[in-house]
Amino acid sequence: MASRNISVSETSRPKLPRHTKLKFDETRQVWVILAPERVLAPDEIAVEVLQLCDGVRSVAEMVDQLAEKYAAPREAIATDVIAMLQDLADKGFLTEARESTA
Amino acid sequence: MSDTLADNKTTTSGPTDGLAVLEQTRSAAETYGIPLAVLLEVTHRCPLQCPYCSNPVELDRGSTELTTDEWKKVLSELAELGVLQVHFSGGEPTARKDIVELVQHASDVGLYSNLITSAVLLTKDKLSALADAGLSHVQISFQGNEPVVADRVAGLKDAHKKKLEVAKWTRELDMPLTVNAVMHRQNLHQLSDIIQMAVDLDADRLEVANVQYYGWALKNRAALMPTVEQIEETSRIVEEAQARLKGTLAIDYVVPDYYALRPKKCMGGWGRQFFNISPAGKVLPCHAAESITGLEFESVRSNHSIAWIWQNSEAFNRYRGTGWMPEPCKSCEFREVDYGGCRCQAFALTGDAGNTDPACALSPRHEEIFKQAERESAGTQNRFLYRNFAGGTLEADEHQDKRNGA
Repeated sequence: MASRNISVSETSRPKLPRHTKLKFDETRQVWVILAPERVLAPDEIAVEVLQLCDGVRSVAEMVDQLAEKYAAPREAIATDVIAMLQDLADKGFLTEARESTA
Repeated sequence: MSDTLADNKTTTSGPTDGLAVLEQTRSAAETYGIPLAVLLEVTHRCPLQCPYCSNPVELDRGSTELTTDEWKKVLSELAELGVLQVHFSGGEPTARKDIVELVQHASDVGLYSNLITSAVLLTKDKLSALADAGLSHVQISFQGNEPVVADRVAGLKDAHKKKLEVAKWTRELDMPLTVNAVMHRQNLHQLSDIIQMAVDLDADRLEVANVQYYGWALKNRAALMPTVEQIEETSRIVEEAQARLKGTLAIDYVVPDYYALRPKKCMGGWGRQFFNISPAGKVLPCHAAESITGLEFESVRSNHSIAWIWQNSEAFNRYRGTGWMPEPCKSCEFREVDYGGCRCQAFALTGDAGNTDPACALSPRHEEIFKQAERESAGTQNRFLYRNFAGGTLEADEHQDKRNGA
C-alpha cells in the first residue's frame, strides 16, 4: 500500500503514485495532473520538477540539476522544490519509492 | 525561478469541485468548451434498490443499452474531444460483463477512469482485473455504518458486509478509495460512525451527500426528508470532522437544498461544464434531465457527433447562460452565481423547468415547498418505495425498523 503523509526532504526519492498522472492536454494546450475526481493545473516549474520525480532521483539531485540549469542559488531552489512537493504529498498526489515494494 | 515557485501555487483546486479548476481559467469564448470529466451511466441494472436512486424513474432496460463496441466508440470520441476523465457509473457499472474491457479501452485512449459502484457484484479477481486495466479510483456507496440500517436502505441482504470487503480489497490493490454516503432522515444518526468507518477503511475521501429530491428520491421524500435539527447537527459534525481529519480524510459535503436560502449551482450551470451519457446513449446535461418531459435529448446513436450535441443541440442550449431566465432570476444579482438552480427540481416541483428553482428563497413557491418538506420531515411515514424496473415496490410493512432488508 502506498505510504501517505510522507515528509519530503532532500533525501526523498518521490514519484507520482499510480493514480496520479501528469499529462499534456493537447486540447487545452496545458499540462494537467489527473487525480481522483480532480484535474489540477501545475505551473511550468512544477511540471519540470514533477518530470524529475521518477522514484530514483533524490530531491537533492533534482535541486542540483535545477540550480545549475537556472543558475540560481541552491538553497532557494531547495526550499521551493521541497515546499511544492510537500504540498502535493499532503494532497495525496505524491509518494516515495520503497525498496521493498513487491 | 524561485520567485515563480514561491509566488505561484503549484496546484489549484475549487472549494467543492476540483474538476472546475480549468473551467475557471477559460476565456468567455470558451465557456462551453468540452467538459474535463464525463459521467457514463453504462447500465441502469443494479442489485440494490435504494429509494433515493438518482436514476430516472423510467429506467433504461438492458436491451436498450449501448453495446461494447458502441461504448468503446464513445470513449474514443470523448478522448479525442479533450475529455480527461470518465466516471463509470450506473445503475451498477459492474453489472455489465464487459466492464473490464471498457476500462481497458478508456486507458488505451488515454482517459483517467473512476468507478462509482455499489461493490456488491465485485470479486477480488474482478477488482484486480479492473486495476490491471488501468482503473485509477474506486468510489463505493454506503447506506449506513452497520448492516441493519444499511441493508434495509439498499434493499439487499448482506450488502453492507460485501461493501466493507471490497473497500478493503481496493486499498490492498493500492487504489484510492472514496466512501460515498448518501444521507437522509433514517441514517443521519449514524453520520459520526460513518466518518469513523471511512477512516478505518483507509479511504482518501468521504462524500457526505444529502439526498437530492428528484426521481426516486422525490417519490420517497416523506420517508427521507431530514429535520432542520438533523441538518444543523450534520453540519456541525461534518465541520468538526473536516478540521480533525485534515490530511487523513478529505470530506466533501453536499447540503440538502430544501433547507438552503440559495439554490445550488446545479451541474455548474446547465450545459456549462457537465454532461453524462445514459445507458441507451442519450447525451444529457444532467443525470436527471430525462425527467423533464418535452425536451428531446440526442443520442450517440444519431448522426451527430458528441461535440455537435454538446454545442448545438436544442436541449443543451435551452437553459444555457441567462437568456432563458424569467423573473426573479432575470434581474437577480446571483444569476451567474447559481444559474437559477436546478432545472429538474424546478420541473418536478413547479411543472416548468424554466421556472426559478423553488429551493431559492426568492422563488414564489419556496415558502410553500419548504413548509411541506418540514411537515414531512416531522412525520412518521418511514416506509420506502424501493427502486426497480417495475416502477417501484413498497416496503413490506410499517415495522421495518426491526427488519433487515427486503
